[in-house]
Amino acid sequence: MKFLPLVWAGLKRKKLRTALTFLSIFIAFMLFAFLGALKQALSGGVSMAGLDRLIVRHKVSLIQTLPESYKARIQSVAGVAAVCHQTWFGGIYQDPKNFFPNMPVEPAEFCNMFPEFVLSDAEQQAWLKTRTGAVVGRATAKRFKWKIGDRIPLRSPIWGEPIGQRQWEFEIVGIFDGAKKGTDTSQLFFRYDYFEEARQREKGQVGWYTVRIADPDSAAKIAVTLDREFANSPYETKTEPEGAFAQGFAQQIGDIASIVLAVVAAVFFTILLVAGNTMGQSVRERTEELGVLKAIGFSNFMVLLLVLIESCCIAMLGGFCGLGVAWLIVLSGNPVPGLLPDLYLPPGTLISGALLAVALGLVAGALPAWQAMRLRISEALRRGA
Amino acid sequence: MSALTQLFSVAWYNLRSLPERKAAAITAAVGIAGVVGVLVGVLAIAAGFRRAMTVSGSPDVAVVLRSGADSEMTSGLQRDATRTIGDAPGVARNAAGPLTSAELFVIINLPKRSTGTDANVPLRGVEQGAFDVRGNIKMVAGRRFATGRNEVMVGAGAARAFGGLDIGKQIKVGQNVWDVVGIFTADGGLAESEIWTDTAVLQPAYHRNNSFQSVYVRLTSAAAFEQFKDALTTDPKLNIKVMRLSDFYEEQSTAVTKFITTIGVFIAALMGLGALFGALNTMYSAVAGRTREIATLRALGFGAGPVVFSVLVESVLLSIVGGVLGAAAAFLLFDGYRASTINWQTFSQVTFAFQVTPGLLVNAIAFATAIGIVGGLFPALRAARLPIASGLRES
Repeated sequence: MKFLPLVWAGLKRKKLRTALTFLSIFIAFMLFAFLGALKQALSGGVSMAGLDRLIVRHKVSLIQTLPESYKARIQSVAGVAAVCHQTWFGGIYQDPKNFFPNMPVEPAEFCNMFPEFVLSDAEQQAWLKTRTGAVVGRATAKRFKWKIGDRIPLRSPIWGEPIGQRQWEFEIVGIFDGAKKGTDTSQLFFRYDYFEEARQREKGQVGWYTVRIADPDSAAKIAVTLDREFANSPYETKTEPEGAFAQGFAQQIGDIASIVLAVVAAVFFTILLVAGNTMGQSVRERTEELGVLKAIGFSNFMVLLLVLIESCCIAMLGGFCGLGVAWLIVLSGNPVPGLLPDLYLPPGTLISGALLAVALGLVAGALPAWQAMRLRISEALRRGA
Repeated sequence: MSALTQLFSVAWYNLRSLPERKAAAITAAVGIAGVVGVLVGVLAIAAGFRRAMTVSGSPDVAVVLRSGADSEMTSGLQRDATRTIGDAPGVARNAAGPLTSAELFVIINLPKRSTGTDANVPLRGVEQGAFDVRGNIKMVAGRRFATGRNEVMVGAGAARAFGGLDIGKQIKVGQNVWDVVGIFTADGGLAESEIWTDTAVLQPAYHRNNSFQSVYVRLTSAAAFEQFKDALTTDPKLNIKVMRLSDFYEEQSTAVTKFITTIGVFIAALMGLGALFGALNTMYSAVAGRTREIATLRALGFGAGPVVFSVLVESVLLSIVGGVLGAAAAFLLFDGYRASTINWQTFSQVTFAFQVTPGLLVNAIAFATAIGIVGGLFPALRAARLPIASGLRES
């Protein structure tokens, strides 16, 4: 510990360079953290998906609807524990730019099926009592500053407006939080009975079903049974685990996401390369001083350690600050609401970022430190002359 | 010695000493090349997407949707409405009648060739008028679909990106089987991402009886649009909205373009900062390493101006070299790269080619130059302010 002032002196030797190196590393790790958050957002739902849930949708595409009567038939299949349907409402709040997903559901079945959306008992009761009631996720409630009791008008080009009304109107009776970090809380759910009565088109049709199965291991078997049940009907189905469904959805974004991620990763390493080079250079410049240290009795190992500690110091300081600031920025809000679910930093990214920072310090310091250790005193002292 | 000669001789001397510091110089240039390459790459995605979405939006084509609809998917029009639209003033005609096409737009799931996972591929039912209305549809293989038969022709982009869309193959959609009979291009436009068939065949297959989602209309001229629009929107029997195809496409592409550009610019700004710190570091080291040299120059009578200039020239030159390298690499890697992504506004896939436009390249190199100027300026000022006497004594 008594050598800490020595490390400090090394860092202070060229304050400007230390500061600039710190800043480049800081920026690089901030990028790294954003990359992690972005990746998480793009592949979102996959890790959130329930293992015991299947999605049943129209075989041709998600936009085709299924009859509501399928609910009873799905329920009767052996191994199915619960069923809940959702329908894409496509409601527009004031302007299409204010996009957020909104779906009619059966409240009781819905709350039972999706424990990740946390509503208080009072809110659930209120929803069951209010025909035009809706519950909305925290992210969207925050985005539009909605509170319980607010009446929210939505237009629906897909389903038409209720007779005699220019817009649908929903009363916010609950605001739900995610049970886990990263749960998407941008959606609004309202009651299917109200929707069914008031919609102008395709009455009796719903979008897709979520099915809970008693035994996750039999998912594949039940999926086949379900699809066979509806084969050769006008509404054939495709059943897949929720995770696979979410992944398929995420992959629709396709190569774009992977290209952006790859390219940013390349830059991250470029910046590290530049920063690492500077750090190495600052050690090489001090050959003479290191020679003096050895001349007054520092062991080879001690010199190696000093150099390594110095480079790790700056790498870790920059790295941790970068990750920290990115974390704060991500917490503060979504830069593109409606286009991406709310960002959050997966702990994995933070941990691997921190490890990378340490690795940067070790790698950038290793070669010059090794050279410093093997330095012959007489040579080092002669170099500066 | 005149001021100008001083300026150039010091700058030239400085540049000739660059090889002495080549490690640092190369690192700085590589850092900037990386940043510029990424900036160009990401913006090329946005540019390519926008081009695919808007290139075929000619101003003399109009599209009619149900009022309130924000895309074809949420629109619906009955047959009698489509007739009224065809009879409106301003519609171009030929021997067969008005140049219009009442269309249906649905989505089918096909596997992506690259990943094998399902993708939402647009399937469009068109009338024979569609070819004249679009005006840019060219068959590159096979033939057009025949009226009244379960045949499809496939856009070149879709044929490349999605499985099973080769001539002679069949695609099964629900209860129906369709033969793939042709592949077409549309000047790189949106239609190349689509599968086309006869609207009259698609209607029963999708239980759409006599309804359509949109009507595409060729106008007698771009100027006839207002007349056409006024005639339709004032008709009390119709509940529709009329847009120029160019505006419609523009609107449909905003979300994705904005998304990519926002992310791209945000990332590039951060990376630009990273590169700037790198450049500053390099130039400060360069100045520090040459303290004695610079002091000697000053002692010989060279002014502060030429010294500032010489450092700036070095920094800007390195940045430009880096910028050009990065832009060239991005051009080679990304230009024309074919990709597909989902457009959430139409909930369907758009295939497109990345576009490294000249404007992008110029901007990128300007960006690099700016990094070079800022990165060189402060070290240059420090160089000029060096006290001569102590500078000469530096080791």
